[in-house]
Amino acid sequence: MKFQLPSWMRGGGLTTYAVLYMVFLYVPVLFLPLFSFNDGIYIAFPLKGFTVKWYEAMIETESLQAALFNSIRVAASVSIISTILGVLAARAFTRYRFVGRKPTLGLLALPLVVPGIILGIALLIMANRLGIPLSLFTIGAAHVLIATPFATFVMISRLEGFDSNLEEASRDLGETGWTTFWRVTFPLALPGIVASLLLTFIESFDEFILAFFLSGTDATLPIYIWSQLRFPKRLPVVLALGACILLFTVITVAFAEWVRRKGVKLTPKSED
Amino acid sequence: MEKRSDFVSLRDVSKHFGTVRAVDGVSLDIAQGEFFALLGPSGCGKTTLLRILGGFEASNSGSVHIDGADLTIEPANQRPVNMVFQNYAIFPHMNVRQNIAYGLRKDGLSKAEISQRVDEAVATVKLEGLGDRGSHEISGGQRQRVALARALIKHPKVLLLDEPLSALDKNLREQMRVELRALQQKVGITFIFVTHDQEEALSMADRIAVMFEGEVRQVDTPARLYEAPASREVAAFIGSMNFFDASVVGAEGGKIIVDAGPLGKMSMAPPEEGAPVKGEAVTVGIRPEKLTLGEAPPSAGANAIKGKLTAASYLGERNHFFVTVDGMDEPISVASQNSSPMDHKGWSEGGEVWLTWEPAGARLLRA
Amino acid sequence: MTSEAQTAPPAGTIGRLRTVVKGAIFRNAGLRGYILLSPTLLVLLGAMCLPVGILAVYSLWTQSGVEIDHTLTLANYLKIFNKPSYMLLIGKSVLISLTVTLATVLLAYPIAYFIAFKIKRHKIVWLILITIPFVTSYLLRVFAWKIILGYNGIINSGLKWLGVIDQPLTFLLHNPTAVVITLAHAWAPIAILPIFVSLEKMDRSLLEAATDLGDSPLQRFLRVTLPLSIPGVVAAAMLVFIPTVGDYITPQLVGGPDGMMVGSLMHAMFFRANDWPLGSALAIVSALAITVTSLGVWFLTKQARERAV
Repeated sequence: MKFQLPSWMRGGGLTTYAVLYMVFLYVPVLFLPLFSFNDGIYIAFPLKGFTVKWYEAMIETESLQAALFNSIRVAASVSIISTILGVLAARAFTRYRFVGRKPTLGLLALPLVVPGIILGIALLIMANRLGIPLSLFTIGAAHVLIATPFATFVMISRLEGFDSNLEEASRDLGETGWTTFWRVTFPLALPGIVASLLLTFIESFDEFILAFFLSGTDATLPIYIWSQLRFPKRLPVVLALGACILLFTVITVAFAEWVRRKGVKLTPKSED
Repeated sequence: MEKRSDFVSLRDVSKHFGTVRAVDGVSLDIAQGEFFALLGPSGCGKTTLLRILGGFEASNSGSVHIDGADLTIEPANQRPVNMVFQNYAIFPHMNVRQNIAYGLRKDGLSKAEISQRVDEAVATVKLEGLGDRGSHEISGGQRQRVALARALIKHPKVLLLDEPLSALDKNLREQMRVELRALQQKVGITFIFVTHDQEEALSMADRIAVMFEGEVRQVDTPARLYEAPASREVAAFIGSMNFFDASVVGAEGGKIIVDAGPLGKMSMAPPEEGAPVKGEAVTVGIRPEKLTLGEAPPSAGANAIKGKLTAASYLGERNHFFVTVDGMDEPISVASQNSSPMDHKGWSEGGEVWLTWEPAGARLLRA
Repeated sequence: MTSEAQTAPPAGTIGRLRTVVKGAIFRNAGLRGYILLSPTLLVLLGAMCLPVGILAVYSLWTQSGVEIDHTLTLANYLKIFNKPSYMLLIGKSVLISLTVTLATVLLAYPIAYFIAFKIKRHKIVWLILITIPFVTSYLLRVFAWKIILGYNGIINSGLKWLGVIDQPLTFLLHNPTAVVITLAHAWAPIAILPIFVSLEKMDRSLLEAATDLGDSPLQRFLRVTLPLSIPGVVAAAMLVFIPTVGDYITPQLVGGPDGMMVGSLMHAMFFRANDWPLGSALAIVSALAITVTSLGVWFLTKQARERAV
């Protein structure tokens, strides 16, 4: 029997390039966990020996815990709110053809491309003019603005193949719009909803620039990290923290993407 | 029980999408217990009309009544009407029984009653033993049965079917025509189905509404639609027909005398919607199988025309010929059954032939 | 308020009103769409359109001492246009971003092509692999480059350790090149997806037709594949170019004085100089620069594409 390489390994030059590209994509980030276990204050070769003391230091830092707790609170609220908004908006876009559909989609994509610093400045000025004090709430509101388009596009990609006849069949069999949503749409959209919840959570959890402009006295985790970068002695702890965040993010995102792309198939396999 | 002849009643229903008039002033009455077909080419508005009946599209004007109740702006879930979708719309996250029981939740039945009703429905559509199958584990024909059971279990006043057989392969389609018809007779519910397949409509329906460009052009029984089409386009859509330009030259004893050029003068029954006046341009239509092909000249007095055989094809059950006649642009199409092996003679193309027909075989149509 | 709303109308009116509303909702699918969209639109209007509007108004005011002068004036814009250092900084930011965009798209195209055409099974694994870095902390990805390129960073210490160099290389960090490398890395994944989508949805029979009509693989790529994937390439370019112009983190961490971009200046206007109106005008001018450059790139690509076909 002939051993067959997987197709991606047989591509020749292009394959080599693809592998190198992946190395380029991942290796720089992998230095964070690598040096977080290094028994030395400087992030430099040669490695001095294995230690977990930076992780111990990390766990003992109270300001870090506070920032972590703040981030989780903001990210959880943002992910729930933006996913609900995203589900509604995605349904509107996939289900109905209405005047101004394209421009509205364009408007929705804007927060994803407009430089964060401009949004941050604009929101800062508005909060200032309206007398809204800067707090975790202002950060959360800004995050809802960028997470909602994200959630909407995740949900659109899930609902796009959705057979609207299924909902019509449900209405036809006596269910209202609301009960149809819970009996048909929701179970079928669930993988998308789970993915959206996780991805928007991560988006808010990792967001820096808006939080940087809009934070009051309470810091989120990225702001905490930023404040620590000025102190070289704190860098190893930042590395440990970064390694934890990366691990958490990678697992969450990989899971979310897997759920989103697998899930229950919406259209039946063709029979003939 | 007296059956209403206007059980389903549409009055002046119109629906436009932008500038396209999908349904244009349709009025229809459908009787209780009738098996009714909406037939027409794609884009004629038949599906839109069905969806208006189901409550999935709103008409821009006009009214919809079912069993005397005004349902014009009633949403789909409030209508005593159920639908079998073209792709059957089987819920992918539910098994067969869950799909069938879907619509019963609102009716306040006990678990045992629901189970019994589902059993009955499963038996009605012959799906015994498949109840626990997932939606992806059943064939196309079984999907159709699930869709039927799911709708019939609601005991609707009207069952709507959108191209019910188009998703099935050919053999199954012919079998299901018979089964659907038998099922309708058994349950006695008014069925309204949409199809673009004239054979399907002719073989299943009690009556057929033929639609073109958003309008209903003729409503009739299958036989009358075929034998007495109201217009050229209906005649051409259902089966095929040879058309001859003619003009009215007079009337005689309730009959119309027309001059059909190469066909000569003929005396014909007037169209139902009133006799054309003298001098009016009309059309004489003769279906290919109403023409008889012969080599010898017919006896005097018979309707006959001489022509040249330009093409003959052997089609197994029948033969098909094209005959050109002097003074006519289009060749005449002739069909004959191969009722005995002897009928298939070696017709020589290019030879001189005679076409004859019974007076009743020709129809007078408005131009 | 109308008198009708104050006095209770007869039941018949309510009934009729209900019928009218019910009919309107039933008859108008677009209305149902907008009802579903309304919360999201409110967020967009309240948290984006309104603040950007206020920002625009703010840019027309001026700072005098600690007070804001509310007279509408173009003074801030004139100040920016007349100050070469500001204009140079904006120009440099656009230039750096264009370089990053070019590098990112050129590097991403072969990967997108590879995943679209060469990967037959487990495509999803590759897609997830390129999505993960895109969603993971931007701050940490940039920070990683700071520790890699730093004076006592990973490259310098590594090379010294290996005996390749005696003194740390100083050209690694704190210059525009470091900014370009870091940004190209940080934005790489987002460029792959649109190009991949445009390649993936391409009708494969078009490629077979090109081969059938005598094209070599290279000709086929240049005459069919590439032109058809241009929309994806343009989308990728915009997705990278627009946000990077205003980037703050990267110039701040790896740019140094030479690698400074306009984002740093905006931040300084708000948190150091305390001249919010000037900062707002700077944001608007940057946004305009981004828009003009994007339209220019889009127009040039369109021209090039039409000439190629």
